[in-house]
Amino acid sequence: METLIIILTGVLVSVATYLFLSRNVIRIILGTAVLTHAAHLLIMTMGGLKTGGVPVLGEDSTTFTDALPQALILTSIVISFAVTAFLLVLAYRLYQESRSDNLSELRGIVDE
Amino acid sequence: MLSVNLAIIIPFLAAVIVPFLYAKVSRKHIGWFVLIVPVVLFVALAGYIPSVAQGENYLNTVKWIPSLNIHFTTYLDGLSLIFGLLITGIGSLVIIYSIYYMSSEESLNHFYVYLLLFMGAMLGVVFSDNLMVFYAFWELTSISSFLLIAFWYHRKRSRYGAKKALLTTVTGGIAMLTSFIMIYVMTGTMSVREIITAIDPNHMLFVPAMLLLLLGAFTKSAQFPFHIWLPDAMEAPTPVSAYLHSATMVKAGIYLVARFTPVFGSHETWFWIVSSVGIVTLFWGSFSAVRQTDLKALLAYSTISQLGLIMSLFGIGSAALSMGTGEETVIYTQATFAALFHLVNHSTFKGALFMVIGIVNHGAGTRDIRRLGGLMGLMPISFTIALIGSFSMAGLPPFNGFLSKEMFFEAIVNVSQAGIFSLNVSKIIFPVIAWIASVFTFIYCMIIVFKTFLGPYQREKLDHEAHEAPIGMLISPIILAVLIVAIFFFPNVLGDYLLRPAMASILPSIGVEGMVQPISAWHGFNPALFMTIGVIAVGTLLYLSFKRWKRIYSLLPEKWTLDNLYNNSLLFMEKGSNRITSFYMTGYLRSYSIYIFLFFIIALGGTMLFTGAFSFDMTGDASIGVYEAVLVIIMMAAALAIPFAKSRVNAVLLNGALGYSMALSFVVFRAPDLALTQLVVETVSTALFLLCFYFLPEWKKENAPRRTKRNNLIISIAVGAIFVFVALSVRSGKLFETISGYFEDAYELTGGKNIVNAILGDFRAFDTMLEVVVLTIGGLGVYTLIKLKTTKEEQKLEDQ
Repeated sequence: METLIIILTGVLVSVATYLFLSRNVIRIILGTAVLTHAAHLLIMTMGGLKTGGVPVLGEDSTTFTDALPQALILTSIVISFAVTAFLLVLAYRLYQESRSDNLSELRGIVDE
Repeated sequence: MLSVNLAIIIPFLAAVIVPFLYAKVSRKHIGWFVLIVPVVLFVALAGYIPSVAQGENYLNTVKWIPSLNIHFTTYLDGLSLIFGLLITGIGSLVIIYSIYYMSSEESLNHFYVYLLLFMGAMLGVVFSDNLMVFYAFWELTSISSFLLIAFWYHRKRSRYGAKKALLTTVTGGIAMLTSFIMIYVMTGTMSVREIITAIDPNHMLFVPAMLLLLLGAFTKSAQFPFHIWLPDAMEAPTPVSAYLHSATMVKAGIYLVARFTPVFGSHETWFWIVSSVGIVTLFWGSFSAVRQTDLKALLAYSTISQLGLIMSLFGIGSAALSMGTGEETVIYTQATFAALFHLVNHSTFKGALFMVIGIVNHGAGTRDIRRLGGLMGLMPISFTIALIGSFSMAGLPPFNGFLSKEMFFEAIVNVSQAGIFSLNVSKIIFPVIAWIASVFTFIYCMIIVFKTFLGPYQREKLDHEAHEAPIGMLISPIILAVLIVAIFFFPNVLGDYLLRPAMASILPSIGVEGMVQPISAWHGFNPALFMTIGVIAVGTLLYLSFKRWKRIYSLLPEKWTLDNLYNNSLLFMEKGSNRITSFYMTGYLRSYSIYIFLFFIIALGGTMLFTGAFSFDMTGDASIGVYEAVLVIIMMAAALAIPFAKSRVNAVLLNGALGYSMALSFVVFRAPDLALTQLVVETVSTALFLLCFYFLPEWKKENAPRRTKRNNLIISIAVGAIFVFVALSVRSGKLFETISGYFEDAYELTGGKNIVNAILGDFRAFDTMLEVVVLTIGGLGVYTLIKLKTTKEEQKLEDQ
């Protein structure tokens, strides 16, 4: 199970990297979103999967999944949301000001 | 009596006061106030002469940084006393001279501040006993010299010369600092006196430290091939050239060599490098001086040549340390004695010559020997001084240069007979080169006197009628000229009171008694005398036929000069670094991402390969259920489809699908809070994406060239693979149990049953607080970006 998820994260990282290397602002922002998912999945996997019940006391189970990674991921989700929102608005403003979403053009060089 | 530490500080204090005085007193008289400083210091230092001659030394320590062994320690012995007297003595004369030389239109306060800084730094160099303090003063001389060379900073040549001098001397200075650090590592002390006893010649760092130290000395003292900065430093005002670039700063390297002779001198390498570099410099300087047409450039090359002479004598003298106290040692101690003697002599006659050239420049309006001539009748006093200085430099009696030149010949002939260090190279080559160099020295000395003051007077080539300088300007050169003659007639006064004590500092292991013979003007018919007669004969012959053999100077192509090498290497370095920078600093985000990813791949992949971390253990894995398998397939498919999406809506929806599957997998992995949050966040961000998309440009197909796409693909696959490898190998080696058991007591500790929420709100609430801050800042950022716009009209207003 863990191996499978790790391979999934690898695929997500590859996709994110590929999107990063694009010249298009929107693709790059999508790349950050995909990378975030990969990171969250990895944190989750590193804590161990399916080793116990839901980490809420009072349930029947006596063992719980590791709660610490979950807390970390929760923090991370919120932060990455803030960053994504900011980046999106930045891209919006960028396009408004320069009428371009192509990073090479923004450099002042005509696209090849 | 004045403490030596105070003597170093006084010029710096004076430098601080000068600008205030400058505002108060008339511009003409500022120099007289400055003059007090070196005169007082000279008198104070002269007061030490009798006791130092008795063999007393003065050590004075002021603690500065005790934890690093750095103290402001001064050490006054014979060697530093000579230099101290030269610095303050010539300094006084130069200031008198510059009072008359510098026009009151110049910014004299700057001039005197720089000059006082230099004087203080130079005194610091010669009196410091602590390596680091020594280095600090050493660099301060470089900096103040830089400021003085570029005194007329509106001239391009001045700025060029100043930059060149700074680059060369600071390169050497850094090398010297490295050497000092090595010495400290070897001996554990910063004190030069203690180093002499603590040094171990068999230490691994001994030779590197020696070479770096010599690099520092050679660059400062303008030895071959680092002499190139000195002729260009002649753009400085003439008093500066006279003071820094003949009498004091260029001798700092000589001082360094002399000071460290007891440390390194017993080593064969030291002998060979110092003496051969000195001989080569001696020859090259005198050879190059003859071709110069600018009198100051000629004097610059002659300074280089004379410094080479002194350097070679110190090199030869160092052999005494490895010889013990036998009969033969006398030869080498005599060489050191000659070096010290010539050092003093050179300061006198070169200072006088520079000042005379300044007077000629002042009186006739040019320094070009092709335009000068016949000034003898118009400038009789200057002529006399130039005659005395030049003849002394050429090594003619009855001037002090004759004595030191004789001693030089004697030393070099004796060395060739002794066959030092079982090598016979020195037997013929040293005396021959030295003799040829002396012939050239003779020729350029004659050029100075005869081309300038004799021959036809060319009124039409001069801007105004030549005239003798005011008497004030002549005071200093007259004093120096008198000294030149006085030293010839009473050399032993100087020898007994100053040079002998200095010998004890340079060759401490050898008793000076009996090792140094008194200087005598007449010493019988010996090889040295015949060599001098030969120099005069051949030199006169060559001077008269100079026009016929002048052609040899154009044998070497114009381009093959060391100056060109320097200029081109600077240009090459500038261009090279520019090229390298513009090669990798492309300004494209993609390039920088590639560097980062490549580094990630190479550093992590390489580390894994070399540490053998490619070992995967999958035994601890949980079994794969149907839901998980389906979810994984959906997520992979969604992710892989994003780059191929045809429209922006598709891409956003695919990203949404990925996010919602993430939420689902959180459900499967028993994380209800995460699933909730992910669901909400994904919804909001998808909405945001869609909201923005209305205003965003059309989704375009990636139309990069095929090769770029292929490279991108390779890099992204490699990054993913490395990521997987790292994750797998981390999972394979579990080191210790999780600490989450503690959090499972959440109810007892916090009163909450949801462990995740207890962590967020209780155990690790700081994270949460700051995360809230992040969200706030993000919101504010979004708000500002949208609200605060400088419209085109506003921008125009701002521009106005």
